Amino acid sequence: MTLAKRVIPCLDLDNGRVVKSVQFVDTRDAGDPVELAIRYDEQGADELCFLDITASPEGRETTYEVLRAAAERVFIPLTIGGGVRTVDDVRRRLRAGADKVSMNTAAVRSPDLVRDASDAFGAQCVVVAIDARRVEGTNWEVVLEGGRGARGEEPIRSGIDAVGWAEQVQELGAGEILLTSFDRDGTKEGYDIELTRTISDAVGIPVIASGGAGTAEHLAEGVIDGHADAVLVASIVHYGTYTVRELKDHMASRGIPVRNV
Amino acid sequence: MTVAALIDYDLGNLPSVTKAVERVGVKVEIVDRGEQLTESFDAVILPGVGHFGTGARNLTARGFDEPLKRWAASGAPLLGICVGLQLFCDTSDEDETARGLGIVPGHVKRLNAPKVPHMGWNTLDVRPESRVLSAVEPGDMAYFVHSYYVCPDESAVAATTTYDETFCAAVEMDNVVGVQFHPEKSANVGRKLLERFFDDL
Repeated sequence: MTLAKRVIPCLDLDNGRVVKSVQFVDTRDAGDPVELAIRYDEQGADELCFLDITASPEGRETTYEVLRAAAERVFIPLTIGGGVRTVDDVRRRLRAGADKVSMNTAAVRSPDLVRDASDAFGAQCVVVAIDARRVEGTNWEVVLEGGRGARGEEPIRSGIDAVGWAEQVQELGAGEILLTSFDRDGTKEGYDIELTRTISDAVGIPVIASGGAGTAEHLAEGVIDGHADAVLVASIVHYGTYTVRELKDHMASRGIPVRNV
Repeated sequence: MTVAALIDYDLGNLPSVTKAVERVGVKVEIVDRGEQLTESFDAVILPGVGHFGTGARNLTARGFDEPLKRWAASGAPLLGICVGLQLFCDTSDEDETARGLGIVPGHVKRLNAPKVPHMGWNTLDVRPESRVLSAVEPGDMAYFVHSYYVCPDESAVAATTTYDETFCAAVEMDNVVGVQFHPEKSANVGRKLLERFFDDL
């Protein structure tokens, strides 16, 4: 056995509540992130990712409460992203119970944030989220503010090559890359395999594939063909299409090492 | 009630470790100065995520070096987690100017795998003679996130894991236990291990 490939459910939080309609028939409160965290943990999620899309500073306090409550109930790694602009923002999230903190647009605008956070807390807790959009052939461009929170809106183009940026964030001290295909996100057509493989092969840190998972086989493709170290899932588990356990069973049937729970 | 001292040297995920230890029925008291490490505690935990050199310097600055060495020598239970285990050793590739505690003789080496950190769940191969690690069952996985690994004397190795190469995942030397993985983030496997550590007191 070797290092297992991870399946990571992602929950979008707004003012401490899960948004983007999570549909479970037997959950008392489908919008309660802690209940969902417990549920996914029981199903065998290897980590959990929270994406905070809260706009107001007051709402952000509720996010810390969610983190604290989740960290009391589930004993697997927790990543939080969204609204991270300073080293202090990273510290607050770690203190509330996050194990890793993800940064996106702020890292592009001030790359020193990645280095400073890595120096202060270690590379293992610094995740850089890259949202990439295919521009021509095998080139991808980093898009800003166009991530998963503002889907449907035209993204802000950065003019930055996604592969070069991935290499740069590794140099700056990121411990992991959360790579989302802007083109595939929300389509259920599968991850952008070429993008995932290109970036995963270009860097020496783990890469999480994200954006587009619609079937269990998409996850297997992300790992086998995309060379991803982990796969992020949202709607396919939120809508109950698959349990995390079913996804991992399928991956195992394709010869991928996974953790059994 | 069993009471464990959890060492705060500004390099740990203290809330996570506290909750995981409380979950197995042990009271946690956080200590941030060496002189607070008194015999009233049943066990001491040295957690750690981050940098070996920073950790070594912070331990010194807070006066933990000698109290920790005395604690280890006294035969009382001591648990090191991740960088906490690495700091039990003498030296590390991560910072050649820093000195560890020397409780577990050995050097800390950088991983050589294509992707570092070694991040995620990996299988523990437990040595049959281990005491605390024997709580782990065949096939059990634990959560790792690290770029360096300890190289103690072969007799101290209680478990190994394989990521490109096979290396030490846990150390047992009488009262001293160290784990490279994170029991506080390893779901039920971590819980079994912490239960065994404290049951063993």
